[in-house]
Amino acid sequence: MKRLTWPLVTLAVLLLVNVIYKPDFFSITMVDGHLFGSLIDILNRAAPLILVAVGMTLVIATKGIDLSVGSVIAISGALACLLISKSEDASALNVVLIAVGAALLVSVVSGLWNGLLVGGIGIQPIVATLILMVAGRGIAQLVTDGQIITISSEPYSFIGAGYLAGLPFSIFIVAFVLLVSALLTRRTAIGLFIESVGCNPEASRLAGIRSTFVVFLVYMFCGLCAGIAGLILSSNVSSADGNNAGLWYELDAILAVVIGGTSLNGGRFYLAGTVLGALIIQTLTTTIYSLGVPPEITLVVKAVVVLLVCLIGSEQFRSKWKKDKAAGKVPSKKEVTA
Amino acid sequence: MSKLRIGSQFVPALVTMVLFCLMFLAASAQYTGFFSAQVFLNLFIDNAFLIITAVGMTFVIISGGIDLSVGSVIALTTMISASLVEHHGWSPMVVIPLVLVIGSLFGWVMGYIIHEYQIQPFIVTLAGMFLARGLCYVISIETITITNETYTAISQAKVPLPGGNYVSISVVLALLVVGLAIYLAHYTKFGRNTYAIGGSESSALLMGLPVGRTKILVYTFSGFCSAMAGVVFTFYMLSGYGLHAVGLELDTIAAVVIGGTLLTGGVGYIAGTLFGVLIQGIIQTIIMFEGTLSSWWTKIAIGILLFLFILLQRVLVSRKAKAA
Repeated sequence: MKRLTWPLVTLAVLLLVNVIYKPDFFSITMVDGHLFGSLIDILNRAAPLILVAVGMTLVIATKGIDLSVGSVIAISGALACLLISKSEDASALNVVLIAVGAALLVSVVSGLWNGLLVGGIGIQPIVATLILMVAGRGIAQLVTDGQIITISSEPYSFIGAGYLAGLPFSIFIVAFVLLVSALLTRRTAIGLFIESVGCNPEASRLAGIRSTFVVFLVYMFCGLCAGIAGLILSSNVSSADGNNAGLWYELDAILAVVIGGTSLNGGRFYLAGTVLGALIIQTLTTTIYSLGVPPEITLVVKAVVVLLVCLIGSEQFRSKWKKDKAAGKVPSKKEVTA
Repeated sequence: MSKLRIGSQFVPALVTMVLFCLMFLAASAQYTGFFSAQVFLNLFIDNAFLIITAVGMTFVIISGGIDLSVGSVIALTTMISASLVEHHGWSPMVVIPLVLVIGSLFGWVMGYIIHEYQIQPFIVTLAGMFLARGLCYVISIETITITNETYTAISQAKVPLPGGNYVSISVVLALLVVGLAIYLAHYTKFGRNTYAIGGSESSALLMGLPVGRTKILVYTFSGFCSAMAGVVFTFYMLSGYGLHAVGLELDTIAAVVIGGTLLTGGVGYIAGTLFGVLIQGIIQTIIMFEGTLSSWWTKIAIGILLFLFILLQRVLVSRKAKAA
């Protein structure tokens, strides 16, 4: 639990800032049987990021990285919207189901492609997924023909904008995916396999783990998560934009994973930490909006957060700081790094 | 045997050059007006900034690292230049050297953090990317158009070449940077150290090479190149904007990889990178001449090319490993 302390403190501080600025921050009201409030809003908006970050956590646990998630988000949303817009009755449930199924299938295939390159051919993950990151956005634009496809389909918009039992439906999707991945990785051996592949793929292969298969699996899962996030994002705005959907998501997802305490060196992963990381990022964004600071400055804040998290995680930095403190010196290096 | 090994290092870069020539010839046969010196020169004019950025990136990748901040540093450079020249009335003669220093300093700090605290280059330069982009917006959210005489004069200046063709001043700058980089990479201690670190950092350390200093210098040079590219980009766009050069880091990495530089470090050629940029340029030109193909085909084509080249590298590396 100790490793969750810092993310929790960060989140608490952020929430505190919000309460001081806006005393009714925690209040949740009921309108038309739906719950409304800043907290619900943060949860709802964070849903796609949490999904992508959970997939990314498992990929990073195998010492990999998936840069293509943003493009997969765009492809998934584009394909679903295209299929619905081409059908005769956009509101028919079976049309929506087919569209969702097709989009998820393509997402899994995208993940499989990444997995093949990383696990099968042995290309560095950052390069292997770079290919789909570059080409994927082109594919998404090809699907939408370079236009923004707008649709009006009630069942489809339910995915991202609907409510169930007073809560946004996307929260339930996230909870379901989280539950499944937590059960799979912590109650079965697959989590252990993932960590052992992240520590040393060759050793785990010798120990009898089919490490290639594990790599395939995590990239496919990451693709699937990105695909679901793409559905939520596109259904929320009832449109698909091949060019801008999911832009920068790969970076935010990696950031969430790192804040959550999962090391980029692989071998360990913390799903709960990742969820906290994603919530911190979303709360930060919301806070910056509500404080009236130009939203663009979020980037500067994010940059400082990334650096601080990495520096605290760096042994060299900590030992240097401790040494300086022991010697009674003021750590002069801090200015350079902050 | 050793002759074969040296040969296999050259293969990706050679393939790129041959591919470029084939594409140029095929396009010339297909489209009237394609086969002209000016079409060839336009590749340089339109991609001068990418050439300069990719040169810096080549050093970083040869040293075994990666620099994701290049696109943002370009945007920041255009922003600082535009703001100082337009809003504060500074002379371009002061602003241009200043932004080059800022870019180098930015690279130096990233290199320092990467080396001193042993954090992955990927994550440090990612933070640098956020930071530089964010700083753009701190300066201004809007586009700043540049009307300064010096900038417009340089932007419109044509360097005449025989046969009525011309290039821009940016191309001259880009070629100077390429020349400097080839000298640095192959004829200086710094270049040899960079290759050695990329080959094996621990061996380089045991050999007594200045690993830390070289690594920091590599990122400083990349920062300098990005700032230089930013200056050229300012000439090209005549404006400063926070969304300039979004996603350029990936085009740059793609160019370096297509140019035959191994992403595992230790192997690569500046000349290969030049052709890597030209290949991306020619794909865009072909799509322009075709008229009906849309711009997203560029991305897909670059993705496919990237895939093929990485596959080729992979085959060559595994064959080399087997031979050794």
